[in-house]
Order: sequence, then C-alpha cells, then structure tokens
Amino acid sequence: MTTFLLRRLGHGLFVLLAMALLVFIAVYAIGNPVDLLVDPQADAADRARAIHALGLDQSLPRQFVAYLGHALRGDLGNSFVYGTPALSLIMERLPATLELAGTALFVAILAGLPLGLWAGTRQGPIRQIIDGLSLLGFSLPTFWSGLLLILIFAVTLGWLPPGGRGETHVLYGISLSIFTPDGWRHLILPASTLALFNTALLVRLVTRGTADGLTQEYARYAKARGLPPGQVLTGHVLPNILIPVITVLGLEFGSTIAFAVVTETLFGWPGMGKLLIDAIGTLDRPVIVAYLLVTTTLFVTINLGVDLLYMILDPRVRLGNSHG
Amino acid sequence: MASIKPLAWPRIAWLPLAALVFAALIAPWLAPQNPYDLVTLDLLDARLPPGSHAGTGTLTYLLGSDEQGRDMLSAILYGLRISLVVGLAGSGGGALLGVPLGLIAAQVGGRIDGLIMRIADLQLSFPALLLALVLLALLGPGLGKVVLALIAVQWAYFARSTRATALVELGKDYITAARGLGLNPLRISLRHILPNCLPPLLTLLPLQIAAAINLEATLSFLGLGAPVTEPSLGLLMANGFQYLLAGQYWISIYPGIALLGTIMGIHIATGRRGAEYT
Repeated sequence: MTTFLLRRLGHGLFVLLAMALLVFIAVYAIGNPVDLLVDPQADAADRARAIHALGLDQSLPRQFVAYLGHALRGDLGNSFVYGTPALSLIMERLPATLELAGTALFVAILAGLPLGLWAGTRQGPIRQIIDGLSLLGFSLPTFWSGLLLILIFAVTLGWLPPGGRGETHVLYGISLSIFTPDGWRHLILPASTLALFNTALLVRLVTRGTADGLTQEYARYAKARGLPPGQVLTGHVLPNILIPVITVLGLEFGSTIAFAVVTETLFGWPGMGKLLIDAIGTLDRPVIVAYLLVTTTLFVTINLGVDLLYMILDPRVRLGNSHG
Repeated sequence: MASIKPLAWPRIAWLPLAALVFAALIAPWLAPQNPYDLVTLDLLDARLPPGSHAGTGTLTYLLGSDEQGRDMLSAILYGLRISLVVGLAGSGGGALLGVPLGLIAAQVGGRIDGLIMRIADLQLSFPALLLALVLLALLGPGLGKVVLALIAVQWAYFARSTRATALVELGKDYITAARGLGLNPLRISLRHILPNCLPPLLTLLPLQIAAAINLEATLSFLGLGAPVTEPSLGLLMANGFQYLLAGQYWISIYPGIALLGTIMGIHIATGRRGAEYT
C-alpha cells in the first residue's frame, strides 16, 4: 500500500517536473525570454538591468536551476499588467474556480447517479431516450450549452442573472458564493453548464454498470433472498459501481477545471480561468506560467486523492496485491 | 458485458452529415451573399431579426443579420467550411504524425518506444483544451496555429491506438513469415502491419474530427482561434454573445445549431454513441 502510494507520488512529481521543464523551454529556450519576461514598454537601461536581475545572461542549465529554485519558493515573477506577484494573483482566484468546479461535480453526481441507476433498471425506449440525451450532453460544446442556459433562464425567463459572482461571504479570508442566496443564484447557471459533460458521462457509466450488475450472481442471489429491488440496487449494485465512478470523476475533475476557463469567460465568473484568458489577451506571460504550474500541481494532487479514495473503497488495492 | 443493445443503425444515418458537408462545399453558390465582401454589407441592416428584408436590394435575411449587417445564413455556410477544414486538417495532421510514431514505437521497441509512449502518456494526462490554450498562448492566434495546436493535441490518440494494434499484429505468424522471407522492416510496416491497423483507426478518426471541430469552436469562442475576417462557427457565436443578452438570439444560436448539427451528424453517421468515453 505504501509502495503504491509512493509510486504514485513519484509519478506526480515527475509530471510536475516535466511541466516545469516544458514551460521553461517554451519561455526561455524557444522564444526570446527578454521579450517574454521584460515589459515591452521598458527602455534600454531598464532592459539591461532586468536581463541581469533575471539571470538571463547565464547558461541555460544554470537558468533552469535558478528558475526551479524560484518556483519552489513560490516566486514566478510579477504580472506585467498588475505589477504584483503572478502566483498570488492566481491563488486569489483559485477559490472561485474550485467553488465552481466543485459545485459542478456535485450537480453532476446529484443528477447523473440517480438517472443512471434508474435507466439501468429499464429496458427499451426509456433507456434509448436517456442514451440519446447523454450523447447530446457529450456533443454540446461547453460554451454552447452555457449560451442556451443564459438565453432561457436569464434573458427569456429572467429568473437568474446572466453572469457575475453575486454576494460573497468571507470564510477564513476566502470569499465564497455558496453561503449566500444571491451567490447561489449566480452560481447555479455556470455550475450547471460545467456539470453537463460529467452528468452525461456519469449517466452512461452508471446505466451500463447497473444493467451489468443486475445480471450478476450476487444481485440475483440478493433478489432471491427476498430483498426489495431498491435495496438490491443501493446495497449491492451501487457499491460495485462506485469504484469506476470515482476513478472517472477524479480523472475528469482535471478537465472540469480546464473547461472552467470557458464557463468563467462566458459567465464573467472571476476565477483563475478567466484570469488566464485575460492574461493571454494581454500577453501577461508570468501569469500564464503561474496558471500552468498551479493547475498541474492541482491535477497531481487530485490524482493522488483519487488513488487514496480508491484504496479506501477497494480492499484489493488496500491489501496490497495490486499491480499499481 | 451486457451492454446496451444498439438499435439497428439505419442506412440513411450519414445523410444529415452529408447534407451539411455538401452545403459547405457549394457555399459560394448557395449563400445569398458573400459574407467576406465588405462592399455588399450594409450597416443599416445590422442585427435584423430572421425573415427581415434588406433596406436596399432584394435580399431577405432568412436567419437574420449580424452587427455588421451580414446575412447570418451566408456567414454560417462560410463558417461551416472553416470549421470543417480546420477540424479535418487538425485530425488528419494528428493521424499523419501519430500513426507513424505508433508504428515505430511498436516495431522498434525499447527506448524509442518508451520515449514516444511516455510523451503520449504525459500529454494525455492533461486535458486537450488546456494544452491547446497553452500552445495558442505561446504561438499567438490564427487558424494555422489552431491546426498546429490540434495536431499537437491529437497525435497521441493515434499513436497509442496504432501501437496497441500493431503490437498484436507483430505477434502473429504472418509477420514471422514475412521476416523469415527477409523483407525489410519498412516494407513489413507499411504493407503488412499498417493495413491491419486501419479498421480501429477509421473508427477513431471521425470521433477525433468531431472533437477537433468542437475544440476549434471553443478556442475561437475564447478569441484565440479564427481571425475576425474569417469567422468560424465558434467566432460567430462569440460575436453574437453580447447581443444575446439583449434578446437578439439569432446571431449566436443559429451558428450554434450548425455546429451542433455537424458534431452530432458525425456521431450519428458513424453509429457511435459516445461509447468510447465509458
């Protein structure tokens, strides 16, 4: 078990290092780092001073070590636009993104799990319809379903605001929308938009798992023992589906954070994804680099978390006879 | 696995997609207006609802007009061409890069195999959208850059699929026989392994094209893809977004329907219903 975790940790650190190297190559080796890192509006003397201060007159391997050292200390340079450290800019926006992605995941589970269980017990047209709808959920680009929701619920019906974050409540120095009714009104549309893909995914996964599980010996035995159908479903079939569900959702959480870029831009949600798009628009390279490294760290952490959950849920992994 | 029993797939399933592709092909003759020719646009006709008549001339804006007085139907037909071409070029390029790399990885093995597949694994552990965003952030916007980004995102899927099939084929007797005959490895690769790798690749390709069209639309919507002078469906939707809030839905929604029709059309035509995700 410890070996399994250590191996996963090692893999995670490798991914992180690879990303750091890629970003380094992209910024320092391919382009002219002076153009990327020094404000284009600086004059010649400022440039020379900045080149020296950034260590750009040193050899590439030496620069990489210095860059890693700075990154480890949380120094990823200052934003050209805001003039403040890029990393703290990202970290300020991180809670809003996590709040949005977390709510989206919650919505997906709340909608997808029961729908999938229900569809799995059915045959014929109902399942075909749910199957077709989930294909639609896959095919719709995120921004397209968001536009549709804005058109229906904000423009036509006028029930919900088309964007913004609404009133937030500060908890431990972090502002969150989930504690105020107005915050929820602003959160529900972007979260539903972001949840659509995962809901469709979950419906398919659970439908298939349920249909499959119900034909297995253990389910038929439970039924023969006289358990009501609902109990067979929740007590026996569901626990067996949970392992693939958690794996897939864990892996998809990374995608959810990536697609939050689209949702945040569409709904004007002030998360780090919107910051990234703004940074790309203004060529604010340090912020782009900081976003990448923070996101990669987040992915690696999530994957480790999924592995941990996996161990808790699946005794075969916990007892250590896994192949890793 | 007791999977969902598929409906008998109708022969006409490819018709919706074929109709859209055909409409895109003959767009110059089908479109009521050349949307790139600024001379024919009349700013006085900006943002007219569907079915309006042009202030001057005989044109009827069947699907309305956009903020430059451009006929939406024409803009959609031309935008559809861009979306299709970019999607095809991105996935086709990805296949042209990924398939040889997959063949090399399977046949050469050892360190080369390890290197190619580790890069593919590493890349596939990041969401495609994020990779494309990063590449475009570094390369700058433009349709050519989008194609490059799509190739960079998609080659790994093709490499992985090709390698997996090629490894199975390499273990079969006919390959041993071909080697025994002293055929050179390149010939074995191209004449014997590649043809057997094609069936799975041909089911992968349309799905990747659909994904590429989706990704291009998303990137263009974010303002990182198509230039304003050549709007793809995604950019048309982005242009209409601010007017959607004022209730002028047609500038965004109709290009969206064309986009959705294309992506769904590909799925329906190939008879695949997202099974590859689960």
